[in-house]
Amino acid sequence: MEVIHVEAKIPTRMGDGSLVEMTRSELKADLEEGTRVAAQKAKVPELTQDELDHLLDIYASPARFAAVDIGDEVVMSNDGSGTKHIGNRVQDLQSYEQVLGVDIIELWQIDYSYKATKTNVAHEGQSMKIAQMLCTNPVQYGAMPDLGRYSKPDGPFDNWSELLPQGKIQEARDAQLQAADMLVDDIAFVADHMVAAGADGIDFDTTGAAGDADFLAGLRACRALRERYPWLGIEIGMASEFVLGMHGQIEFDGERLAGMWPKDQLRMVQQAGASIYGPAVNINTGKSTAWNIARAITFIKPCMEIAEIPVHVNVGMGVGGVPTCVYPPADATSRASKAFVEILKIDGY
Amino acid sequence: MTRRMRLKEAKQYVAGKLGCTTRDLSDPVAMEQIRLEKGLGTLPFTSSVHPDDAGMIEAKFNIAELLDIPINCVERFKKHARL
Repeated sequence: MEVIHVEAKIPTRMGDGSLVEMTRSELKADLEEGTRVAAQKAKVPELTQDELDHLLDIYASPARFAAVDIGDEVVMSNDGSGTKHIGNRVQDLQSYEQVLGVDIIELWQIDYSYKATKTNVAHEGQSMKIAQMLCTNPVQYGAMPDLGRYSKPDGPFDNWSELLPQGKIQEARDAQLQAADMLVDDIAFVADHMVAAGADGIDFDTTGAAGDADFLAGLRACRALRERYPWLGIEIGMASEFVLGMHGQIEFDGERLAGMWPKDQLRMVQQAGASIYGPAVNINTGKSTAWNIARAITFIKPCMEIAEIPVHVNVGMGVGGVPTCVYPPADATSRASKAFVEILKIDGY
Repeated sequence: MTRRMRLKEAKQYVAGKLGCTTRDLSDPVAMEQIRLEKGLGTLPFTSSVHPDDAGMIEAKFNIAELLDIPINCVERFKKHARL
């Protein structure tokens, strides 16, 4: 009688959060493919065999939760702290500080952009002041640069997304640069008020979401704030692993921003004077979390060779190896966190 | 945040200032004692409250002095309270 060996199935997740079962061999194949795809795309080295073996141990475990070793804990900087539905906003922050143990908590408003915050800055500042009285951990203020808000119909400038398909390239470029100028001013306006209210830092969340002009505005705002406030915490969290060339010719310190991967993004962020850099690698929902984590780590690994400031990887819904679903499962988030800390030696997330 | 230190360096710096090991920094048992002794603030829970110890903004005064770092809200508190 022939004996057929069947590999055990291990519960794991897909990029959309669905719980599936894969064999150890299948997970291994996904890890190898994930790093290969990333290496080809960004022209960076694939992960080493040791790193892939380590990732396989993490992702082939059936444990409900994964964690780092005692002593290897990192800093948690939590953009958008709170749920917005637990008590008032400051109590929400206190719950994240005291119950969840978040190290750097963030005050923010639901219309999460600097353009929107500008109109409400006095009350945002008052909430910051109260938060600073009641919290012990650093409290930063966060919002998105969100350059698209400055284009019509939401903003004053022509909509470059509409101009580009019409072939109006120069008009589209001009509109983006004008919008970037206004965004830099708005970030500075909000930051000045938050500093006056006692803020420990400012967070630019999803920088580069609207492409290279969006990234430029973040870098310029950072540099201006650094000159005014040498002590201020400035966190630049990115939107994607790749800076999209919506303009295509924008430069910062003589370097073209379009097409930058995490290592070059970090160089620009460091040059601009930021305190923390947050790379973001978007999830492929059709692939396993193993595939996604190998891809994400491959993209980010070159950063760690040159990092002079803390690197806090964005590990959350749809980024950093965490599935794109409303309630990210702890088995996926903890595996991703453990993988980033142990493979890349990141400073936080 | 304020000195843009990498994590390993930051842990060593803080541990040095607190007079403990870097491993102690993430040990809640060790840190409870250290935080009470040095006025750095603790978490108020059902089984542990310290209303007559430094907490919140008070703790941040002590943190700023002990770690020798500027804390914005502390400086503003001093300014507004005319200390």
